[in-house]
Amino acid sequence: MRHHGDTVGDGLLTMLSVDKTFGADIKALKDMSLQVNVGDFISLLGPSGCGKSTALRIIASLINPTSGRVEWDGDHSRGSVGIVFQEPTLMPWATVAKNVWLPHRLSGISFRKARSKIEDCLKVVGLEDFSNSYPRELSGGMKMRVSIARALVTDPRIILMDEPFAALDEITRFKLNNDLLQLKENVGCTVIFVTHSVFESVFLSNRIAVMVARPGRVFEEVVIDEGYPRDESFRTSSSYAAYCRRVSESLRRSTNAKT
Amino acid sequence: MAHISDEIETSRSEASKAIVDVDEYRRQRRARLERIGKWLMPLIVLALMLWMWNRIVTVNEIPHYILPDPALVITTLAADISLLWNALLVTLRITLLALAVAVIGGVGLAVIFTQSRFVEMSLFPYAVILQVTPVISIAPLIFIYVDNRTVGLLLCAWIVAFFPVLSNTTLGLNSVDHNLRDLFRIYGANRWQELVHLRLPSALPYFLGGLRIAGGLALIGAVVAEYVAGTGGINSGLAFTILEAGYRLNIPRMFAALLLIAGTGVLIFLILSLLSHLLLHKWHESAVKREA
Ligand SMILES: Nc1ncnc2c1ncn2[C@@H]1O[C@H](COP(=O)(O)OP(=O)(O)OP(=O)(O)O)[C@@H](O)[C@H]1O
Ligand SMILES: [Mg+2]
Repeated sequence: MRHHGDTVGDGLLTMLSVDKTFGADIKALKDMSLQVNVGDFISLLGPSGCGKSTALRIIASLINPTSGRVEWDGDHSRGSVGIVFQEPTLMPWATVAKNVWLPHRLSGISFRKARSKIEDCLKVVGLEDFSNSYPRELSGGMKMRVSIARALVTDPRIILMDEPFAALDEITRFKLNNDLLQLKENVGCTVIFVTHSVFESVFLSNRIAVMVARPGRVFEEVVIDEGYPRDESFRTSSSYAAYCRRVSESLRRSTNAKT
Repeated sequence: MAHISDEIETSRSEASKAIVDVDEYRRQRRARLERIGKWLMPLIVLALMLWMWNRIVTVNEIPHYILPDPALVITTLAADISLLWNALLVTLRITLLALAVAVIGGVGLAVIFTQSRFVEMSLFPYAVILQVTPVISIAPLIFIYVDNRTVGLLLCAWIVAFFPVLSNTTLGLNSVDHNLRDLFRIYGANRWQELVHLRLPSALPYFLGGLRIAGGLALIGAVVAEYVAGTGGINSGLAFTILEAGYRLNIPRMFAALLLIAGTGVLIFLILSLLSHLLLHKWHESAVKREA
């Protein structure tokens, strides 16, 4: 399912000293640089207002940077970016399958043609039995899975996730974390993942960009040198605890550095 | 990602839960009583009112050209039914035509508004002015300038009915989830796709709310316009029938015509509510029954 034959480890995109200023003086991002390679699972971790969502929106070309740029290696077209928001963001009037169809529908592909791809993606998130349900009938966790299936359906080169599990309870969140890692193994996707949770970021990522606010920028990058596949046992391992300590420490230093 | 069977199990077993305790028993009993009461109580009130009406007329020996007995109203309705029915059809035709034009005009204008802010800025104030000016004060002017009686009536009814459709649909078209809009942009949707696949479905519940209001208002507009238009003849509707019966002191017929107008209003409301339910029940929150 990996897109465009991108090879793990190759460069995928680079943010080059991106600035973003809202209005006259809200510096959402200042001199932010980030290098993303194929197969990376990068977490953006930082306090509220440090520009994490702004960075994602710039990568998704939803807004333009004030200065600096985002460079893509290789073919970058419609459908090479998938996005998952904090809310499931489903169309309530459409069934699960029709929701997952949306990206294809907008590029003029009929439901019949897209059907097998839609079913594949629903199977990947474990919702193959719910294609005819309406979002209203699903639990919060299941809606989030639909949202993920929709992001997968175009075989994107990268998936941007903006605190996707923040609104879910801890137990559901753990389960979705495990499933997300499983999915990463099966699909081999590249992910930028925004989160407030140290534990979540350590469990999932191979790199964590710790960010600071006012102005928003990357304070430091922590590498989680623990191979994939990872499973539940990583959560209870001593190296996991050590990484969490490292990242928390980095967060603490970043807030001190600011004041 | 196949480990969600628990999640699904719990949501399935909820439906088949039997009565387990006193609270649950009470809740179900109250729900049952409310279901019956919703129909029964208004009927009891109606019966009481009719009975009191009948008592007042009989005890005070009020002559029927001042206040007819309810039974007399019904017999008049039956006796004059062909005359009243024709009048009803005339009024109903104006009402439905006005409603149709209100829907086309209201939705059309709302769509144009959301496509161009400048058109909205230019025209919206005049839509408001048209709405806040009482139709009864514009109607005489309309009948001076418009020769065709049907067109004049239609215009009056339309003026009253179209605003709720316009304002509700505009609100709906603009109440699109921001993230969904971003999603459409990420996948390269053009304006037309955004309108058809995102804005119009989002606006549907709002539009239907406006339509229900507009249905009642179209009837009011049609009746008011008929009062102003006056002139009888073959083409006169229920409002003129009431006026004419009033001149002749045929009070029972006035009541019978009134009954028909009210009944028509209720029927329009019920039909539009049914339409709304049919279109929304699968997905919209307003159609979901929740326990208190
Ligand atoms: N469209 C906008 N107009 C004005 N200011 C904005 C806009 N979008 C974001 N900001 C500001 O930019 C800063 C960064 O916002 P952003 O949403 O990127 O933060 P965040 O890290 O995602 O925060 P959170 O964790 O709360 O989601 C904030 O101070 C925010 O108020
Ligand atoms: Mg954010």
